[in-house]
Amino acid sequence: MIRVILPFHLRNLARIDGEVQLEVEGPATLRSVLDALEARYPVLRGTIRDHVTLKRRPFVRFFACKEDLSCEPPETALPEAVVNSEEPFLIVGAMAGG
Amino acid sequence: MSKVQVLVGTKKGAFILTADGKRQKWNVSGPHFAGWEIYHVKGSPVEPNRIYASQTSGWFGQIIQRSDDGGKTWNTPGSSPEELKSPDGMPKGESNKFVYAGEVGTHKWYDGTQHPWEFKRIWHLEPSLTDPNTVYAGAEDAAIFKTVDGGKTWKELSGLRSAKGHLWQPGAGGMAVHTIILDPKNANRIFVAISAAGAFRSESGGKTWKPINRGLKSKWELPDSDAEVGHCVHRIALHPSRPDVLFMQKHWDVMRTDNAGESWSEVSGNLPSDFGFPIDVHAHEPETIYVVPIKSDSEHFPPDGKLRVYRSRTGGNEWEALTKGLPQKDCYVNVLRDAMSVDSLEPCGIYFGTTGGQVYASADSGDTWNPIVRDLPAVLSVEVQTLP
Repeated sequence: MIRVILPFHLRNLARIDGEVQLEVEGPATLRSVLDALEARYPVLRGTIRDHVTLKRRPFVRFFACKEDLSCEPPETALPEAVVNSEEPFLIVGAMAGG
Repeated sequence: MSKVQVLVGTKKGAFILTADGKRQKWNVSGPHFAGWEIYHVKGSPVEPNRIYASQTSGWFGQIIQRSDDGGKTWNTPGSSPEELKSPDGMPKGESNKFVYAGEVGTHKWYDGTQHPWEFKRIWHLEPSLTDPNTVYAGAEDAAIFKTVDGGKTWKELSGLRSAKGHLWQPGAGGMAVHTIILDPKNANRIFVAISAAGAFRSESGGKTWKPINRGLKSKWELPDSDAEVGHCVHRIALHPSRPDVLFMQKHWDVMRTDNAGESWSEVSGNLPSDFGFPIDVHAHEPETIYVVPIKSDSEHFPPDGKLRVYRSRTGGNEWEALTKGLPQKDCYVNVLRDAMSVDSLEPCGIYFGTTGGQVYASADSGDTWNPIVRDLPAVLSVEVQTLP
């Protein structure tokens, strides 16, 4: 089971209270977790990844176990601590600066 | 007694302001979609409880919201549990899917090269005059999309980008379809305006389009001041009884056409500045129009720090300043292109919102003004519903 924490605005949009717990079939990769998340919450399609290219939106970041996975390939396996639910997978709105 | 409902889009959410027909005491609801940019909120003219909103974010992209109860509750179209499964059992979720049709194509980029169209957001939603499930959406980068299923899915009317789209070049404010007008007397006729590209007309329900910019002069913005496309049209408006007559606030110049855009003539007359963004037409007097002069393209605030709406009762050229109730010193707000609207009560009500977060209302055709609210986030759009 993968624990996913979404940013405030996407939790509101999907009407989620707290973190999401996802069962992912096969290896837990960036792509498979996002696929499972969007399958559970279709309203999130297009908000994290582009609808067509499935590329990460520029100001969304993926963090796990104190590592920035944002620029890793979609097939990248998630850390073991995320796969075994010890650590969450974080989807974050990048800081706005200023 | 009739009532009015003012739909306000701001940089940080949507607000709904309601009053009875006297338009003196207001109730404020919101923020809806707090923290998101709400570019536009507009109700269906045939089913006023059906309201559409464009919710957008630099982080999370475009969302379309719909209310079926007059703005009390909202949903992304097609998001009910039974609607979320397609026939093959796969989850859907396409109300925010705006994909350019066919080959994406290119337009002119800042450096003169060609650049692919890239969807950024929906600036304007224009519900059909006859069907609550049909809505047109104006996009940045400039394109028009249409839904016929209440916003669940959208398709581009790509003929617009064939109207010399390769020559369109974004300005500092981007390149967006910000105005869509449906001709109330001719279902096949649609007008749009695009920043830094111009005005365009379709006679085929949106399949094909032609530029309608003859007579516009852009001496300081274009190398050829009479170019067929490239003019920075800020807003166009018409009176429903006379759809061949359109009024335009251009980057500089207030213009009118009496032949549906075949040719335009300047009607700036005695305005203190003919730069500005919104323009609108009185609900009962087709020759009475309103603009808000802004000092210049370099200084986006009212001349002399005085917020003045100008009214012409002669279809342009002769203008009078409307100041009663508006700040007449130290005022440096702007009024954006989609931030003015009129109701259809008698006398006609005029409304506009500012980048300083004020929404002003006049219940007497502009003679006197009062702020409904003073401290909202910067106002992006104002629409009014006149309800029974």
